Amino acid sequence: MPTVKEILDSMDYGPAPESATEVLGWLATRGQFGHYIDGGFTVPADLFTTANPATGEALAEVSQGSTADITAAVAAARRALPKWAKLPGHERAKWLYALARQLQKRARFLAVLETLDNGKPIRESRDVDIPLAIRHFYHHAGWAELVETEFPGEAPHGVCGQIIPWNFPLLMLAWKVAPALAAGNTVVLKPAEQTPLSALAFAEICAEIGLPKGVVNIVTGDGRTGADLVAAPVDKLAFTGSTEVGRAIRRASAGSGKALTLELGGKSPFIVFEDADLDAAIEGVVNAIWFNQGQVCCAGSRLLVAEAIAAPFTRKLTARLQKLRTGDPLDKCTDLGAIVSPAQLARIRDLVSAGEAAGGELVQAEAQLPAAGNFCAPGLLLGTEPANPCWSAEIFGPIATMTSFRTPAEAVELANNTRYGLAATIWSENITLALDIAARVRAGVVWINGTNLFDAGAGFGGMRESGFGREGGREGMAAYLRAPTAKPRPEGAPGALDAAPHPGKPATGELSIDRTAKLYIGGKQARPDSGQSYRVTAKGHEIGLAPLGSRKDIRNAVEAAHKATGWGKTTGHNRAQVLYYLAENLAARQGEFEARLREMGADPAEAGATVARAFFYAAWADKFDGAVKSTQAAKVTLAVPEPFGVMGVVCPDAAPLLGFASLVLPAIAMGNRVVAVPSASMPFAATDLYQVFDTSDLPGGVVNIVTGAKDELAKVLAQHDDVAALWYCGEAQGRAMVETESAGNLKATWTLENRDWTQAQGREFLTRATQVKTIWVPYGA
Amino acid sequence: MSATDFPRNPGTGLMPEWFEDIRINTPAAEARAADLGARRSLKKNFQAAWLVNAIRCIDLTTLAGDDTPARVARLCAKARRPLADHILAGLGLEQLHTGAVCVYPTMVAPAVRALEGSGIPVASVATGFPAGLMPLDLRLAEIRYAVDQGADEIDIVITRAHVLGGDWAALYDEIAAMREACGPAHLKAILATGDLQTLSNVYRASMVAMQAGADFIKTSTGKESVNATLPVSLVMVRALRDYGERTGHKVGFKPAGGLKTTKDALNWQVLMKEEMGRDWLRPDLFRIGASSLLGDVERQLEHHVTGRYASSSRHALA
Repeated sequence: MPTVKEILDSMDYGPAPESATEVLGWLATRGQFGHYIDGGFTVPADLFTTANPATGEALAEVSQGSTADITAAVAAARRALPKWAKLPGHERAKWLYALARQLQKRARFLAVLETLDNGKPIRESRDVDIPLAIRHFYHHAGWAELVETEFPGEAPHGVCGQIIPWNFPLLMLAWKVAPALAAGNTVVLKPAEQTPLSALAFAEICAEIGLPKGVVNIVTGDGRTGADLVAAPVDKLAFTGSTEVGRAIRRASAGSGKALTLELGGKSPFIVFEDADLDAAIEGVVNAIWFNQGQVCCAGSRLLVAEAIAAPFTRKLTARLQKLRTGDPLDKCTDLGAIVSPAQLARIRDLVSAGEAAGGELVQAEAQLPAAGNFCAPGLLLGTEPANPCWSAEIFGPIATMTSFRTPAEAVELANNTRYGLAATIWSENITLALDIAARVRAGVVWINGTNLFDAGAGFGGMRESGFGREGGREGMAAYLRAPTAKPRPEGAPGALDAAPHPGKPATGELSIDRTAKLYIGGKQARPDSGQSYRVTAKGHEIGLAPLGSRKDIRNAVEAAHKATGWGKTTGHNRAQVLYYLAENLAARQGEFEARLREMGADPAEAGATVARAFFYAAWADKFDGAVKSTQAAKVTLAVPEPFGVMGVVCPDAAPLLGFASLVLPAIAMGNRVVAVPSASMPFAATDLYQVFDTSDLPGGVVNIVTGAKDELAKVLAQHDDVAALWYCGEAQGRAMVETESAGNLKATWTLENRDWTQAQGREFLTRATQVKTIWVPYGA
Repeated sequence: MSATDFPRNPGTGLMPEWFEDIRINTPAAEARAADLGARRSLKKNFQAAWLVNAIRCIDLTTLAGDDTPARVARLCAKARRPLADHILAGLGLEQLHTGAVCVYPTMVAPAVRALEGSGIPVASVATGFPAGLMPLDLRLAEIRYAVDQGADEIDIVITRAHVLGGDWAALYDEIAAMREACGPAHLKAILATGDLQTLSNVYRASMVAMQAGADFIKTSTGKESVNATLPVSLVMVRALRDYGERTGHKVGFKPAGGLKTTKDALNWQVLMKEEMGRDWLRPDLFRIGASSLLGDVERQLEHHVTGRYASSSRHALA
């Protein structure tokens, strides 16, 4: 060690290592880990090594979970479920409180263990990961206490299969386990194969406090174990990780009836306006992309900087970059630790090389990197245009891309020029501008003048291909509870449509004026692209021809829906006015609709019920409020329910009017534009409606109607990348198809069975029609 | 390295465009200030050296109504020998003194006498310290008096009304006149940031003071209800960094009032190193205005040397 005199000259920081003695001792004692199943550890088997990414040294050997292990774990969770779910909320609260307390007592141990296994700086595991994980358990001890009164009538899903990533191992465990247990579920959790140790330590903590056996089960292993868990008979799947794997899980679980939430990748914009506090925004970048070595799903990895300040911003940021210290993760002065694995490091390097080849200019810290271990100097890829592969690909490393914009509108356009929608950061001292941008960016979380702010009370989760579902707060709890399901009314598989001519006697003797049903697209009646119509019969008689819609009609309808941008921006009051007016005009023609329903063999009472339904959702249109969350001091945290945008709605075959209205009305009440596929066997109730729409001030494109073969059209909607959400009411095969085909852009789906539509209204429909955007605004004079 | 190694800040004309549109986000400044201390840690010899460096940068201060020449002499004796001999030896050092001694104008002469031959500069507050609400000619006369008494550095206070009213020209003219009155003595401009309240005001006042030729900008008199804080210091340091980038001139920074513990001494030095760099850990660009801080630092250093926790009763009073 240099002398005081020498240091007085250099004024260096020197080493400040956190001690790993306790943790290394624990690892040495254990050596090999089995799985934690049914309250005990299994005999270690089929071992693989987990290593310290900073040194490459082995830390422990861990078991590769087999199909039999997953079966045993799920069975244990299933056995534990009835008793756990039936515990009074207060009793479950006591268990969660005990977990929070015990984690707190082991805080330093867990921080060191996390740093050893993951490579993240001890400052982060000590100050961020572990405290947030503890906070999550405290927060959810509260939800356990309140669940019966705050979520009346709802029930836990049952056994939850949870798969978590390596970037925040214990924190992600907390995000998964705490709400699941609070709601009364039992869990089987698979940690990432790169970072299984903190989950195993958590298992020991569960054992330490005597948590009832089987409530928490932890099975280690790689993707094969994860796939087994996805395939296992669980009731809910929750996954955090890559979009690619999320897609595979969506496909694998399609049609299984398992509830699913996915928290996936991102390429989140970090927008700096010219009226920002630049020094603050620079520190924002540090916390956005150089936090956890950039291995953060919500990392602000695409810097968008106003042209007017791009030069000084780049200069300041480049200077700041040189101050970062990359090295020993256990050193308290380290800003960036090690990349989790050699494979991840190679991936980062490959992507950055591709970005350079495409014209990006790499500026990296001139850091002296340790000789061993997986280290990557932090950097910036300047001049990364949207055509550069690094613009769109998630690097998941400490390299941000940067480009400039000219106007707020262009900033939004660039920000949204991505398949993802996880987070966005906005820097501007103009709150008027910042809130406008916050409303326009497609992201589940928006931080204004701050970044990477998290709290157990605030929802976190993505839009678009960043997944669906929220973790944290009330919306996070809701993802672990299910509403009572309506009693299904099977309606049979959709029959084939007949587009051939059928010469014969008309139903009535006299020739009346022909009435041609058309598609309704963009506020206009349109003939089908196919040029064909199909025969609609009732009681064996033909009652008319309906247009045979095809994929091109769906394409046109989606385009028209996208053009109706004003609908989502208008006030709830205005939407209510339209819905009331719609009810008024429908009521005026109620007799006509009743006759039509009767003619098709449906219940004429649907007409009156539809009028009432329009009133119901008109009432809701300006009342489905968001919330102000109680999170951290001096930070306004808003939870804003936003419409998805363009939704597909595939209606039940039965209840041709009320079923249609029960799905379309809540969707548009929340500001969505809809492409609806009405009942194929009784399409005229819906096609008659467009005359009501036309007289009710419903803007063109808000509701589009395409009649035709249900599953054929549903498949086009499911595969359409520009449809954000899809509701499908139908039989099992169709539901499975929709969920499978939706994996392409990971649109949120709601597949439901035909039911008694007279009862089908309420908050659930509105919740399903919206996604929560969480907006953080720190304040201070 | 001595104070003469850096050329003095000659100032510029009043350039309001350098500061009028400044945007300071308070929660972000507070977050960065809190973050700084958590991001860096100093252990063992490194911590000891940084604490010794803090002593090198202390303006050991007495600014009380009951100050007497004898009390000032006692302070000066401590400035000459801030650590007990066994601590100094234990650290492997031969010689150490504080950055300066800071007193009222009438105490300058006793201080100069007491510090003779030590090389320790004497700093004097002036300009109607601490409120500064005296006619300008009297304030300038006070500066000349202190310089005449032998003060090497003058810690002036600004007219807060000029900042609160946005009268930047008046503020500039006042400080420029004071700088002129200082002659060869270095001027430290006390902004009394506790009175200015907003961080934007702090930035603007900092910039005007530097444009008017301040050699140092200083947070507080020690008499405001809130004195040096890390967020305020961060904003001032960023102002002097911006000024340096525009002009190439180096200006010093002096937090004063409120730095009482070794943790404070380390935090503020980390701030200087991270936001500025090595040069701003030298006494010619960084000072700490403090009186009780030295006692805590000395106890900590004794613990470093002996491994035993120390008692202040064994250390010389300042």
